[in-house]
Amino acid sequence: MSNSIGEVEENEVLFIIGSNATEAHPIIGNKMKKAVKSGSKLIVVDPRKTELAAMANIWLPLNSGTDAALINGLMYIIVKESWHDKEFIKERCTGFESLMETIEKYPPEIVSRITGISEDMLYETAKLYTSTKKAGIFYTLGITEHTTGTANVMNLANLAMLTGHLGIENAGINPLRGQNNVQGACDMGALPNTYSGYQDVISKEKREFFERVWKVKLNPDKGLRIPEMLDESLEGNVKAMYIMGEDPVLTDPDANHVKKSLNSLDFLVVQDLFLTETAKFADVVLPATCYAEKDGTFTNTERRVQRVRKAVEAPGECRLDWKILCEVSKKLGASGFEYRNSEEIFNEIRLTTPSYKGITYKRIDKVGIQWPCPTENHPGTPYLHKGKFPRGKGLMIPVEYEEPAELVCEEYPILLSTGRMLYHYNIMTRHSKKLNEIRPYELAEINPIDAEKLEIKEEDFVRVTSRRGSILTRATITDKVKPGMMFMTFHYKESPVNELTNSAYDPISKTAEYKISAVKVEKAENL
Amino acid sequence: MITFIINGKKTMVEEGISILEAARENGIDIPTLCYDKELSAFGGCRLCLVEIEGYKNLVTSCSTKVQEGMAVYTESERVVKVRRDILDLLLSNHPMDCLTCDKVGECKLQDYAYRYDIKKGSFEGERKNYAIDSLNPVMERDQSKCILCGKCVRVCKEVQITNAIDFSGRGFKSKITTAFDNPINYKNCRLCGQCISVCPTGALINKQLKGIRPWEVKKVLTTCPFCGTGCNFDLNVKDGKVVGVTPNPDSPVNGTSLCVKGRYHIDFINSPDRITKPLIKKKGEFVEASWEEAMELVVNNLKDTKEKYGPDSIAGLSSARCTNEDNFVFQKMMRVAVGTNNVDHCART
Repeated sequence: MSNSIGEVEENEVLFIIGSNATEAHPIIGNKMKKAVKSGSKLIVVDPRKTELAAMANIWLPLNSGTDAALINGLMYIIVKESWHDKEFIKERCTGFESLMETIEKYPPEIVSRITGISEDMLYETAKLYTSTKKAGIFYTLGITEHTTGTANVMNLANLAMLTGHLGIENAGINPLRGQNNVQGACDMGALPNTYSGYQDVISKEKREFFERVWKVKLNPDKGLRIPEMLDESLEGNVKAMYIMGEDPVLTDPDANHVKKSLNSLDFLVVQDLFLTETAKFADVVLPATCYAEKDGTFTNTERRVQRVRKAVEAPGECRLDWKILCEVSKKLGASGFEYRNSEEIFNEIRLTTPSYKGITYKRIDKVGIQWPCPTENHPGTPYLHKGKFPRGKGLMIPVEYEEPAELVCEEYPILLSTGRMLYHYNIMTRHSKKLNEIRPYELAEINPIDAEKLEIKEEDFVRVTSRRGSILTRATITDKVKPGMMFMTFHYKESPVNELTNSAYDPISKTAEYKISAVKVEKAENL
Repeated sequence: MITFIINGKKTMVEEGISILEAARENGIDIPTLCYDKELSAFGGCRLCLVEIEGYKNLVTSCSTKVQEGMAVYTESERVVKVRRDILDLLLSNHPMDCLTCDKVGECKLQDYAYRYDIKKGSFEGERKNYAIDSLNPVMERDQSKCILCGKCVRVCKEVQITNAIDFSGRGFKSKITTAFDNPINYKNCRLCGQCISVCPTGALINKQLKGIRPWEVKKVLTTCPFCGTGCNFDLNVKDGKVVGVTPNPDSPVNGTSLCVKGRYHIDFINSPDRITKPLIKKKGEFVEASWEEAMELVVNNLKDTKEKYGPDSIAGLSSARCTNEDNFVFQKMMRVAVGTNNVDHCART
């Protein structure tokens, strides 16, 4: 997030696109609802009628995957009406002219045809978003889990730059990150192209710095991203994998492809809490510790580094994750893995990661600090880009609308979208007895019109089939989804929706189009 | 800032705050059952009544603002007499099962009955006798123990913004209900449990913490392991086992708010399905092994693969669920010990 969670309530306009915050980020969702209750205006862009959509001043139920056209269309209106922030663009941005060339092609009549949103609504949305400086964009995976995910994000940046909604309090571009420490895992360099703090592995200077700290020669080539690892293992180029705390068989797209890839490895080690669907493919499974059994830090979506504390001993012979990794490293002949506790590791993180330098365990004992925090006297940074962007001038990169990779057709007439729900979190909460009792099985959302055609009743079983797989699930009948659309979560191994999803990727991020697959739905025998 | 006199002591406070807040700032605890600083003032329990010089009637200190020169008495004879009458009335219509009530030790009604020495209610008559709503997995609602302070209603309306419950009925028949007085479930409520946190009596109970006395637990402040919001809360630990979650008001992101997952997730920690020993696959079946054997197998296979096919034939997936420290060491292991940049995690999937 460019801004902080605490600022949500002070936003005068909330522009929420592809984010079901009240289910996926409930506490942030509460703050959004509170803002609306005290008079903030709410714009929600979502094909589903989420809780926030239902209470919005403007709800745009766009055709799935047409976000780029919608944003271009809004920018077209904003410039035509001269609602853009000319001074901000002149002082802080470059690329305005080339952006203009592209958005010229997106007048309201064309955008309305692509997105299914009326011209009036487009106009009202543009007007409301530019009616105040205190207008923040909030997005989640509804924007990124598309083949045009990176372009979508860049386009939201274009919109915010065009209107000067950046570098100030109560505004900005705010991705609500999905996992407790996905921000931290990225910050730590668990990425094939960067060391910690987003320091490029192909930069000679950065590499030499890490070579000096770690006293070892480092590989100068970028590594593989997850989908490439899986593809390369099918090709026979990746022979062994080490997987810690992830279950790609359930959570990655096109599960049957993932299984084939894991099967073709010579050796797979999985380090986890449970014998996950992925662990079943392993040669060795190592028992790890959960968050309540370890000390350390998580970094949340607003870049706040917070303490995790050991409350209890781990069961049986479970070991701390970092301790297992250190032992493997030492046995492989490496040095520099002699940490005695998590704080010593954190101190090495501080040494190598400029944005974490000023954060110490002592300073975050009670309240976490938001990076960048360059010195021990620095209070942390609640909002980014004040005065200038890290690269100097903000670059506006024009984005063209492209159709989703898979469209509905006669054989697969229903558009399937996937995501989370309030009562579960990925796959782990299925082991939480209380939560599982509340929602023990999938209820695929289907519109009453489609339900009538299929002759199904509430909680009846249906068979859902895509080009890649076929699964059984119970259905719930609701107008949260439009006719011709269906929504499922990925929490249930009994109805593994990722056997259906499309592994068509965004070319830059390699994020798959989880939000759009074409499927057919048939009534099934109730089990 | 304005000056006022509280229990004979002259003091300065910020303009616009309530007498109750001003008293708290000065270390004076005015009893209240319905006030919470996160919620709008309600003035319903009447226990926070105070006497003000020159005022004919006692006033509720939670909903009356301090004024310049005001002289307030928080424990005058007149105030204490009224408080004792109110507590007497409340206890006269309250089950006296404190010995076995799950709220004991954390019950405000009990605290104040002790403070003002009310042993039992002196008014005989009809008593509330409602069935306990316990059909859902996470919470129990005992309306017979409800004192109608309305905190649950306000937290649901003002903080959670769900409006799952409200007052219904009048007079003696007043109670807190869901729409159509249905039992609480995931269809009429988001089950966040914030109402449990604010309830001053045993009317709302977290089922997970039933049977555990509050003084038996050690509280450990930590950060939630689910979404990226980064809520803090206290893990409640008894006899070396996590038994439940309670909010911690000092949390910068969430304050006292928690969602259904944050509050009730802990069973997975103690799940019998956890793997607690290394497993090695032999002839297609997993068998338990020693750490030495498992580590040798891991290290030898990684070594052989690296020697035969080079470091880039090995790939690692780190985890967005693990700590920064775990992730840092994971990528360092791949880069330093294995010698490849083939490290990624689920940020993109």
